[in-house]
Amino acid sequence: MISFIIRRVLQSVLVLLVVGLVAFSMFRFVGDPIDNMLGQERTIEDIERLRTQLGLDQPFVVQYYKFLEGAVQGNFGVSYRQGRPVAEIIIERAPATLELAAVSGVLAILLGIALGVFTAIRRNGFAANFIMSASLIGVSLPTFLIGILLIYLFSVELGWLPSFGRGEVVDLGWWSTGFLTESGLKALILPSITLGLYQMTLIMRLVRSEMLEVLRQDYIRFARARGLKDRALYFRHALKNTMVPVITVIGLQLGAIIAFAIITETVFQWPGVGLLFINAIQFVDIPVMAAYLMLISVMFVAINLIVDLLYLAIDPRLRIGR
Amino acid sequence: MRSTTTLLSAALLLSTTALANAETLRWARAGDALTLDPHAQNEGPTSALAHQIMEPLVMRDMTGAIVPALATEWGPSADDPNVWVFKLREGVTFHDGAAFTSEDVKFSLDRAMTEDSDYKELLASVVEVRAPDDMTVEIVTDGPNPIMPNNLTNMFIMDKDWAEANNATKVQDYEGGEDTFAAKNANGTGPYSLVSREPDVRTVLTINENYWGIEEFPMDVTEIIYTPIQNAATRVAALLSGEVDFIQDVPVQDLARVGDADGLDVRTAPQNRVIFFGMNMGADDLANDSVEGANPLADVRVRKAMSMAINRDAIQQVVMRGQSAPAGMISPPFVNGWNAEMDGSSTTDIEGAKALMAEAGYGDGFSIQLDCPNDRYINDEAICQAAVGMLGQIGVTVNLNAQPKAQHFPLIANLETDFYMLGWGVPTYDSEYIFNFLVHGRSDKYGSWNGTGFDNAELNDKIVSLASNTDLEARNADINAIWQVVQDEQLYIPIHHQVLNWGMKSGVQTVVAPDDTAKFKYFEMN
Repeated sequence: MISFIIRRVLQSVLVLLVVGLVAFSMFRFVGDPIDNMLGQERTIEDIERLRTQLGLDQPFVVQYYKFLEGAVQGNFGVSYRQGRPVAEIIIERAPATLELAAVSGVLAILLGIALGVFTAIRRNGFAANFIMSASLIGVSLPTFLIGILLIYLFSVELGWLPSFGRGEVVDLGWWSTGFLTESGLKALILPSITLGLYQMTLIMRLVRSEMLEVLRQDYIRFARARGLKDRALYFRHALKNTMVPVITVIGLQLGAIIAFAIITETVFQWPGVGLLFINAIQFVDIPVMAAYLMLISVMFVAINLIVDLLYLAIDPRLRIGR
Repeated sequence: MRSTTTLLSAALLLSTTALANAETLRWARAGDALTLDPHAQNEGPTSALAHQIMEPLVMRDMTGAIVPALATEWGPSADDPNVWVFKLREGVTFHDGAAFTSEDVKFSLDRAMTEDSDYKELLASVVEVRAPDDMTVEIVTDGPNPIMPNNLTNMFIMDKDWAEANNATKVQDYEGGEDTFAAKNANGTGPYSLVSREPDVRTVLTINENYWGIEEFPMDVTEIIYTPIQNAATRVAALLSGEVDFIQDVPVQDLARVGDADGLDVRTAPQNRVIFFGMNMGADDLANDSVEGANPLADVRVRKAMSMAINRDAIQQVVMRGQSAPAGMISPPFVNGWNAEMDGSSTTDIEGAKALMAEAGYGDGFSIQLDCPNDRYINDEAICQAAVGMLGQIGVTVNLNAQPKAQHFPLIANLETDFYMLGWGVPTYDSEYIFNFLVHGRSDKYGSWNGTGFDNAELNDKIVSLASNTDLEARNADINAIWQVVQDEQLYIPIHHQVLNWGMKSGVQTVVAPDDTAKFKYFEMN
């Protein structure tokens, strides 16, 4: 077990280093930050001076090395756009994204599994068919369109929910939460639906097909013959056996929810790291882009590790031979 | 018992009147101020927020006219033409209560001239700032500078003692890794003071009860809540649903929707920004064209023909939905040196253009690449697309290369583009600013936005001499002569002047400022 974890951590570090290298080799294709930083009245002299000052005239490998050197000491540099330390900005923005991701993740998992089981059990019912058809909307409509549609319906036409922002937040130490105020909770509804809809339909469809597969197996038939109650049959025996592939997908999708909250955050002006990243790209704010990409890859690597460990917990067969 | 009730109702009455007078304005625009440091970023949203909190010596009001702010009188010194004298306003205090004196002005201008300041170019001619007494400031320049006040309208004044106490004497530098205190805090003399600020999220300002102009200006807005909303559709939705009261940057396709909505108004005015195409006429051969060994753009007849092929009225009506004014020169109409005749000189004449092309030896046309931004100006990419079709009519086959501004503008800086779109605003409201950056040949100090390769020594000297020509009549004659060359050479192909659109609740009364900067002390609410 321990050696498994150590091996995985070492692999992860390698992955991170490669991600960083690829990221730095691509930054120059995003554009040149100098013009954004200097404003309209810059001279050619200024451009050269700032470029040298920031080390942007160096090859990207050198820039990457300098970044790593700072990063291991906990210094991610200063944002070109805001002129503040990157670490401070990301810590300030992280709670917004994590809360949004948590709510949409929980929503997607609970509703996804429940609806998946329901549509598997009542395979030919009217409600199940309706849910299956409606779920096509979730997989086929792009996120920004869903967000805009929700805003026009619930904010502009009905006036029930806010169209942008996080509402009032309460500071708990360095963490700012929207869970403790009415406006904060209201503000969470539309973005979390927008963000979680795709994941929900994905989980639902996956659970449904896995469940149908399992329900055809002999042991279910025998369990039924033994006279087990439907509830025990579906939830204790069938659902548990559908969960291994579902957990892999949920794990990866949780990472995706955090990493790709970018679009939802832009539509709802949600002040999280996704919006920060979009602004960073437009400005070519290299320190922020680098730190964000590293953070996201750390997160994906960690989620994968946790998923692997969860397999071991759920499926005893995988423990043999380790 | 009875007295308690009376007291209570009196208190209630008082609180309701206070409420009736308190007007909160919820303000949204696409971008947030990048910093509160007044000298770190010379950029629209940054100076717009700074204008609420801090003040320059002289400023522009909502119509663009120069009015007194922290200086009450100013003029060139009677003894020395190289010195501008500013008499400061008496009895002004900063938000923390410190008195405003000439020391603060000297400190702030010196700070704005340091290497890391974005404003140093506007003060390039300044040799020294002197403070002979508490209420007088003298600015010494390296030669007479006739338009000094124009350069000071965004030059904000900080409190020297506050900056020193908070280690904010230096403008943000990116290398140090330190947080400059002034980037997140502000202590100005302006009509509003900072209550709270979360960058990119929310900034709250409240009225400065001790403001010197509290009687002079309407000051109806007592609290400002400023939220950047990046997505245009969300910004419009927030206005439609009543969550904000005032938005800038209304997209042209939503103007009718906002204007037709009950209780909402759209106000429109010409903006201080002109959109045009530049052509690389200086290169011996172009990088991305079909002509080998020659540069078709070096021939003025080709440039004229290309300008004649552009149907500016069609662009105005179709691409801009009426929200632009066709242009004939690359100067906004507010600027000293603009004239109606030149600005109306653009004509569309396909046959004439074809004849000119044939005369220049390009009757069969040629192909060329047009570089265009897609996230900078209103409908920038669509304008370029329209131009592609129009130029096709005279045989110029255009390959459109539209990309984000962060990739587009370096092409101009590095002289890597043959044919490009650019927009230009003139903060000094004087043609000299246009010539310095767009007409003067490329050198260390001048011509940094001139991607045309045009470099005329005689004209360069004339442009440089404008800076110190105090005979305004002769100076204006020179400006006109320079414009004449720019027009004759068809240095650029002007397209149009942008139009600004502000959307607001019907109770909000304001004119639209040509520089897109809302100064809330002028706003009336009813």
